[in-house]
Amino acid sequence: MNVHYISALLAVVVLGFLAYLGTEVLGLQSLFGIFIPYLAVCVFIVGAIMKVMNWAKSPVPFRIPTTCGQGKSLDWIAQNKIDNPSSTVGVVVRMFFEVLLFRSLFRNTKAGIKEGKITYEWEIFLWVGALAFHYSFLTVLVRHMRFFLEPVPYCIKIVETLDGFFQVGLPGVLLSGVVLLAAVLFLLARRVVMPQISYISLMADYFPLFLIIGIAGTGLYMRYFARVDVVAIKELTMGLVTFKASVPAGVNSIVFVHLFFVSVLFAYFPFSKLMHAGGIFLSPTRNMASNNRMVRHVNPWNPELKFHTYAAYEDDFREKMIEAGLPVDKEA
Amino acid sequence: MTNDKPKIIAGLVIFVILVTCPMWINMGKNKPAPKLEMAAEAQAKGYCVLPKADMKEKHMQILDGWRNSVVRSGQRVYVNDQGKRFDMSLSNTCLECHTNKAEFCDKCHVYASVNPYCWDCHVNPKEK
Repeated sequence: MNVHYISALLAVVVLGFLAYLGTEVLGLQSLFGIFIPYLAVCVFIVGAIMKVMNWAKSPVPFRIPTTCGQGKSLDWIAQNKIDNPSSTVGVVVRMFFEVLLFRSLFRNTKAGIKEGKITYEWEIFLWVGALAFHYSFLTVLVRHMRFFLEPVPYCIKIVETLDGFFQVGLPGVLLSGVVLLAAVLFLLARRVVMPQISYISLMADYFPLFLIIGIAGTGLYMRYFARVDVVAIKELTMGLVTFKASVPAGVNSIVFVHLFFVSVLFAYFPFSKLMHAGGIFLSPTRNMASNNRMVRHVNPWNPELKFHTYAAYEDDFREKMIEAGLPVDKEA
Repeated sequence: MTNDKPKIIAGLVIFVILVTCPMWINMGKNKPAPKLEMAAEAQAKGYCVLPKADMKEKHMQILDGWRNSVVRSGQRVYVNDQGKRFDMSLSNTCLECHTNKAEFCDKCHVYASVNPYCWDCHVNPKEK
């Protein structure tokens, strides 16, 4: 038992009950279905922009050549152009792999002691879990665009068709939802079970995990177990994105629980570790070419100072210097 | 990173456009849920395999069960709660009364972007 994950779990359960009781008993459908989603999206957009602008103001004085590979050196030493790029193209390639394939996480190692010696072993499972989690979440998000677009574009339909490729059961199992829940449960189990990871985990680490478990859990429950009126839900969501929001009859309370969890995730996003989504683009160790000595880097916030150069000094005292027999660069 | 301000602002603009793109694409044109229209034949009949609410919730699972029963066991007769017997057939039983597939089936399926693969094999007798 650990107070950090128990409190995170409790927080998510309380949020779920809040939305359920709020809509089922108190009839606050418009609060949970219209007002809170709008508020959450506004907080998300404004919060994320403010966070990034704040980061943009931070001083980044030096380039940090994290040497995961050989830097540019003599001609006969092969440079690792992706891991230690010296050009913008190389940086773009490195960022591409970092953002889309989590390349630095791929290099994750695990420290241990074997035969009395400290060892570092390659540990791939966090990378696999992270990749499964992020891509299934992206697929789920793209699929949900069917609720926000009418007519539904072909590219979104094709994602859903591929997602349900195996045509298991009815309604057909969509792989992304199942993979999402499995991956997020794995990421949670990792934090709970492994003592070292558990030791460094705080409520801020557990809360998003439980929240996403809540989102995926209610989503899967609605699709495969409860029967919800999808047409009514789409009427609600279409109203939201066209600013003509109203809550149609027949929308089950579990839908509002799902929607409330998503709203909380959106509103929480800019103020949490989840902002790594934006932060990855600003990582100084990833987004700068390792060209410290090839290019002269002038500190951009150096103050404008007036220097008295030697040439100017000589101009001031040239005659006196010649008189005193001192050597001058430029004769009078 | 004062030198990178233009790049960061460009990134933020892309972010905002992506997040709000459903609003731009819809251009504020609300599309309310389609109204389901029952064919005259169905209204005349007055009953279906199951009560209306159950049909709305479970029609896909009933059809899936029928498909399995007919194709795998050769069992073609469905008996409902009232003891009424039905031939398990999408084209003959369902579409006999619900003659308006476009109005009755497709409208909601298209709106909710549900693509039942019934029509991969079955034909709508009206469309022959």
